[in-house]
Amino acid sequence: MSTAPIAKRDAGDQRKAVSWYEASARERVRLFLDVHSFQEFIGPEKREISPHLRTFNLPEQFDDGMIVGRGLLEGRKVFIAAQEGRFMGGAFGEVHGAKLTGLLRAVRDAQSIPLVILLDTGGVRLQEANAGELAIAEIMRALIEARTAGAKVVGLIGGRAGCYGGGGLIAGCCSALAVSEQGRISVSGPEVIETNRGVEEFDSKDRALVWRTMGGKHRRLLGVADMFVDDTIESFRLAALHLIRRSSRFDTDVLESEQLRLSQRLQQFGLCTDAIDIWRAAGIGDAEAIPGMATDDFIALANTIREPRYDAR
Amino acid sequence: MTLDEILSSLFPHGHDVGKDHGLVRGSGALAGGGRIQVLGVVDRTPIGVDEALQLSDWVLDVIAQGGSDPILILVDSDSQRMSKREELLGLNEYLAHLAKAVIHADLQGHATVGLLFGHTAAGAFIATALAARTLVALPGAQPEVMDLPSMARVTKLSIETLQEKAKSTPIFAPGLENLAQTGAVFATWDEKRPLAQQLQGLLDEHRAHHDQRAALGKERDGRPKAADIQERVHELALQAQ
Amino acid sequence: METLSYHHKVPQRAAGSKRMAIVGVVASGNLEVLVERVLPDTHCELDIKTAAEGFGAVWERVVADFVELRSPGGLRLSVNDGGARPDTVALRLAQAVRLIEELEP
Repeated sequence: MSTAPIAKRDAGDQRKAVSWYEASARERVRLFLDVHSFQEFIGPEKREISPHLRTFNLPEQFDDGMIVGRGLLEGRKVFIAAQEGRFMGGAFGEVHGAKLTGLLRAVRDAQSIPLVILLDTGGVRLQEANAGELAIAEIMRALIEARTAGAKVVGLIGGRAGCYGGGGLIAGCCSALAVSEQGRISVSGPEVIETNRGVEEFDSKDRALVWRTMGGKHRRLLGVADMFVDDTIESFRLAALHLIRRSSRFDTDVLESEQLRLSQRLQQFGLCTDAIDIWRAAGIGDAEAIPGMATDDFIALANTIREPRYDAR
Repeated sequence: MTLDEILSSLFPHGHDVGKDHGLVRGSGALAGGGRIQVLGVVDRTPIGVDEALQLSDWVLDVIAQGGSDPILILVDSDSQRMSKREELLGLNEYLAHLAKAVIHADLQGHATVGLLFGHTAAGAFIATALAARTLVALPGAQPEVMDLPSMARVTKLSIETLQEKAKSTPIFAPGLENLAQTGAVFATWDEKRPLAQQLQGLLDEHRAHHDQRAALGKERDGRPKAADIQERVHELALQAQ
Repeated sequence: METLSYHHKVPQRAAGSKRMAIVGVVASGNLEVLVERVLPDTHCELDIKTAAEGFGAVWERVVADFVELRSPGGLRLSVNDGGARPDTVALRLAQAVRLIEELEP
């Protein structure tokens, strides 16, 4: 990676000023980690591009939209993976996915070096659909093996592509997640629901609806994400540090707790028809005010409703 | 083969697998001794939050009982249930939880085998058939990531164009052959031979815990790069410590 | 897809000692430029891959202008183009050279 020399104080200023949403994957990695600590595995100069995009006359990217490597976070070793949401919608292809799978197996074998995944994906890359779907399955298996070995895997979501499809399932396998206002987590995307079930079921053009249903604030309130953060590199960095420092197991007890948590969610909210109803049912007086709330106020309110839980998931 | 025919061929000495609301649960005796726990989705039922939660509950029951009964996951599903309600409630967590439970059961000594005999797609595919350690299929099974008409709509290419391209690569189009060639499906069973024998043979192979699908995909010329890239990153990352 | 390749002789090597830099993203209207310091000091090479066919003359001009302005001696620039406009191309090429010329940390 090539960067200008940055003093530590300048780095902090830059982290606070740069939008996570606007930054490229490479910029996020560079600024997220301690200055000059990033070391990439199979970088762009290796030119490991997709062998399949040419069938569709689509341009390739030298890193196939996935950056993997290691670095330091407040002096502590971490592995890192970052998806470029603007290349092919951050979608999983053969090479893209394989890089993350290989990294996760190293996380499993190293055991005590956490992994931070900067998720920014629309799901499977259709032009390589079978490879993408398999990659996601292999990633999930490797992720659970890594967590079983005691490693922590933290997901950060706040990019242009959101975290859709199989990406949403990978997110659900992480030890913990941090999400910003711009972040969205879902399995089926808004357009897909509308195409399959009609606009009455889901109007994909209704942005407020999309964000109420799939967006960062709702995910935090529901407990799909553990932390809600500002759209800055600094916020995500602090959140990752916090989540890495929490203890995180993965065993049968954790799965039993998760079964209970997910079951209770259905009991509590299973009949709600909109996020507003869920927020009210969760005890929020002025539910309509949630979408417009500033970050700090929202985080304070969210913490009164639902403290992030670390014993389930 | 119908579900009943499949179950009879798997368990000639009887089984107690029952069906309710598109989900199946029960167990049967294995040809080589012992029992196998059976659960799954049938009748092309979509997998939503309720279905996923029920299936994961059953998987956790098997783990709670201890022992080392293998688990057979029968699959004839739709895709994930596509609805506002599902996403509102966080479907990604329910599907992930099901996959986690299946993978955990496998790592805890309950060998997991997926048997795809009908359809499956997208998120349902990942959470069931692809969560098992080994996936086998019956002829006529129809796995897909996304159907061609939807793919045509999203990619803005005609179905005919996609079909033409699919002739020269197994990497994107639906179908059992493609999913076998890329390494997802380990084997397609012979429906003219007793399934009980084929199941026992599979279990007797003591297939390794580690995920061999990329190696299979490379061997079958379906996924030329995945295995090597996985291995190279794995090595580089361990060396870098 | 079209691949285009240009060689130029230039008076001066690009400053600095960094071996590699990369800028940009392959997206609609955008491009990535991978720059490597792998050639003799007075040589420069640009290898372009683009899905927008038939714009060879435009690329040639943009590249010629860039080479004259920056004298990127010793550099190979490899481009994956997502259909960027000429001014975006010029910007990225300049960014790439600026990046590889930066002092090492």
